[in-house]
Amino acid sequence: MTQQFCTFFLDGYVFGVQVEQVREVIRYQEMTRVPLVPAVVRGLINLRGQIITAIDLRRRLGMKDLPTGQLPMNVVVRTEDGAISFLVDEIGDVIEVQDDTFEPVPETLQGPAREVVHGVHKLPGRLMLVLDIERAVNPRDLNGHIV
Amino acid sequence: MDDLISDFLVESNENLDRLDSELVKLETDPASQELLSSIFRTIHTIKGSCGFLGFSKLEKVAHVGESLLSRLREGKLSLSPEFTTGLLAMVDAIRSMLGEIQKTGQDGNETYPELIETLTKLQDQGQVPALKPIPAPPMQEEIANRNQADFMQDVLANAATQPKDVPRTDSAAGALNEPPPASVHAAPEESPAANPHPQEESKASNVPGETIRVDVHLLDRLMNLVGELVLTRNQITQFSARQTDPNLVSPAQQLNLLTSELQEEVMKTRMQPISTIFDKFPRVVRDVAMGCGKQVSIEMMGKDTELDKSLLEAIKDPLTHIVRNSVDHGIETPELRVARGKRAEGHLKLRACHEGGQVVIEISDDGAGIDTSRVKNKALERGLITPQQAVVMSERELLNLIFLPGFSTAEKITNLSGRGVGMDVVKTNIDRVNGSVDIHSAMGSGTTIKIKIPLTLAIVPALVVVCAGERFAIPQVSLCELVRIEADAANSKIEFVHGVPVYRLRGRLLPLVYLDQALHLERTAESAALLGAAATIVVLQADDRQFGLVVDEIIDTEEIVVKPLGKKLKGVKIFAGATIMGDGRVALIIDVLGLAQEANIVSEVRSRNVSSHEENTKAEEKGTNRQALLLIQVGEQGRMAIPLDLVARLEVFASSAVEHSGFQNVTQYRGEIMPLVRVSDILQISAEERDSNDPVQVVVYSEKGRRVGLVVDGILDIVEENVVIQNPSQRDGIRGSMVIQSRVTDLLDIPAIVRSAQINFDHEQAPVEELVSA
Repeated sequence: MTQQFCTFFLDGYVFGVQVEQVREVIRYQEMTRVPLVPAVVRGLINLRGQIITAIDLRRRLGMKDLPTGQLPMNVVVRTEDGAISFLVDEIGDVIEVQDDTFEPVPETLQGPAREVVHGVHKLPGRLMLVLDIERAVNPRDLNGHIV
Repeated sequence: MDDLISDFLVESNENLDRLDSELVKLETDPASQELLSSIFRTIHTIKGSCGFLGFSKLEKVAHVGESLLSRLREGKLSLSPEFTTGLLAMVDAIRSMLGEIQKTGQDGNETYPELIETLTKLQDQGQVPALKPIPAPPMQEEIANRNQADFMQDVLANAATQPKDVPRTDSAAGALNEPPPASVHAAPEESPAANPHPQEESKASNVPGETIRVDVHLLDRLMNLVGELVLTRNQITQFSARQTDPNLVSPAQQLNLLTSELQEEVMKTRMQPISTIFDKFPRVVRDVAMGCGKQVSIEMMGKDTELDKSLLEAIKDPLTHIVRNSVDHGIETPELRVARGKRAEGHLKLRACHEGGQVVIEISDDGAGIDTSRVKNKALERGLITPQQAVVMSERELLNLIFLPGFSTAEKITNLSGRGVGMDVVKTNIDRVNGSVDIHSAMGSGTTIKIKIPLTLAIVPALVVVCAGERFAIPQVSLCELVRIEADAANSKIEFVHGVPVYRLRGRLLPLVYLDQALHLERTAESAALLGAAATIVVLQADDRQFGLVVDEIIDTEEIVVKPLGKKLKGVKIFAGATIMGDGRVALIIDVLGLAQEANIVSEVRSRNVSSHEENTKAEEKGTNRQALLLIQVGEQGRMAIPLDLVARLEVFASSAVEHSGFQNVTQYRGEIMPLVRVSDILQISAEERDSNDPVQVVVYSEKGRRVGLVVDGILDIVEENVVIQNPSQRDGIRGSMVIQSRVTDLLDIPAIVRSAQINFDHEQAPVEELVSA
């Protein structure tokens, strides 16, 4: 069986989410910051009248922030609790992968990435990390990573 | 489910609701053939339809009811409370069977043999042993009444007739969770075939063709779209205000008007009269009153007051609870009432009306009232307040204790109320829709509960403020006033009580909350520059407390569309939601109560520390000779009090407005010449050194239609005190001294002062010359 993934980049790594989970991809939007919430929540954006929470995936994964001046992109995904936007460095292609290239993450992967990376697809020449979006937006986990 | 069956359910549920109120009405007016016929017709229709649809058990129950009603109608039997109880029990039985049909498509296994037997017996002899009540279905499944002739009401009633198994939600968006109702179809009339007396058609019935039923989801979507349109309109209006091209400006104005009109009309589609809730109360009151052996009549006013459907949903349970409570706890038993010299029948009054953009609902009974000393003891016993708190609490604060979780003063727990859950739930539910509950009670003569709720939740007027470069919206319902302190005065006007900032607002200490600190906002260099500048205080009301919110800047007031925050952010109490501003950016909406709680203005258990100022005045509240006093400063040190009821107004005049007429200082006031009397001169107190250009502070005193202005050196405060003169004075113009706010204060004798200023009030038409030269 083949699956389609929407790919994006974070700190040089390739990540993917299933195409069906992605609502749209938009360029950087001005955000309204929300006081008193964990730093992974970067703010609120206005997506044609709908207010969407933007989550910084770099912070979620415990990576360094983007250098100032470099603007992230929004990947708007559908979650159980409505739409959420992930802030990523750059958008890649939509690719088709076979089920047999999938492998769970190695035990040696620890830290926040372990919670949100569901597995790895072995692509020619590189690895694509499959993001578990529900885990990525879990508020309990979010609170655990106040930066 | 079969369309036929779902139509039957919708129609029958509506009819049953009408039956409830009609049966109760019939009890007070047993001779009404019209009511009896209408009841008979309804039961007959239900019976006919279920025979047709094959619900034999339901048919059987309806059948005995119908036979009983037909005997009543023929005048062979006369109505007694047992009949009404029996028939109401039948309505409940039918309702629960309909519920069963809704869930399973079958009329269930319960056959109600007892009920059938009772009704049959009633038919035969007109007398029966007491009937075991059939549990009424929960309120949430109860259904709106269709008995109105108005289009929207009908449409909405349809929406409301859909049984809601889903828990009630607290916002307009929550309405989306409801199961989809039946598709659009014409408002059903009672089918002529099933109606044996078409010529007696109820006068309240609708004209067919004037109304259509609309899916409530469609209305919700419409409302959302209009919300979007309003935002887009705001954006365009903002843009076009900077343009001059009439090709844009005039259509933009047109768009502005049309959108407002559209918004109003669409809002109306969501409005339902409060009668959808009120109409259930006669039955509730009857049941509760019968259950506890009381006689209660109910009076309802303003039943056609309209409010948003989602709000109606939200207040239905709290209102029902209050009504039950009033009958169960408030109103006394007939014997007790007679013994206390009241009519045996208790009276419950419900009143709804619009007041300043809000809906006010009052529920008052003429019962025993709330015994605050019992409330106090109970609260102490349950550990809800400390003995220290109990001493300083005012009557009002004591009354509000009944809203605490785990509080109940009922001596014995009844079936109906008194389990200690209740009033706190009422309070929570009302708070959730930005409403407020207030309680007044007079021992022996009754209790009034006043509920205030906004008209709608979806679009609210709000004040937009800026703090540390971010915009925030504050709902205007909580807004009291705005105070601006200029930069040079900011340092002296904002004072500190052990590090806590306060501002003296007309003599009262107003606790201040800095929005940037409350939200931990970081200031950029640019916004930090604003810090030393003028301060703007937004005075807000949270519960019954006022506090000042210090912000950088006030932008404007704007109609905002409230959007819920994602679930991820729900935990933050300070925000009530977010909205999209005219420029398309998102702004957070501040939840005033949440903010007050975070800032400890209102503590979460609502047990308040009475401020020292109030403590002084309240501790002596039991005294009888309480009087409001105006505290003034006379001379450098003199602190004096004037009974407030002698004060007509307080004025400040520029020194240039003070003129001379003979020896007398006068000023022009409201078209007359008002003599000015300097109090310190009369009392021969050395006046404070002052600049002759300073404005003069004047207390206007009026007697026999003439005014005199008493010039004082400062207005200090207004207090309420027991007037106990401790040291009667020999001096003219001073009645004596007393202790106010732990300082010795002289009480002025105003008439004496005016006399000694040789101003004569006796000649009503006294010409000015006489006044000055006398």
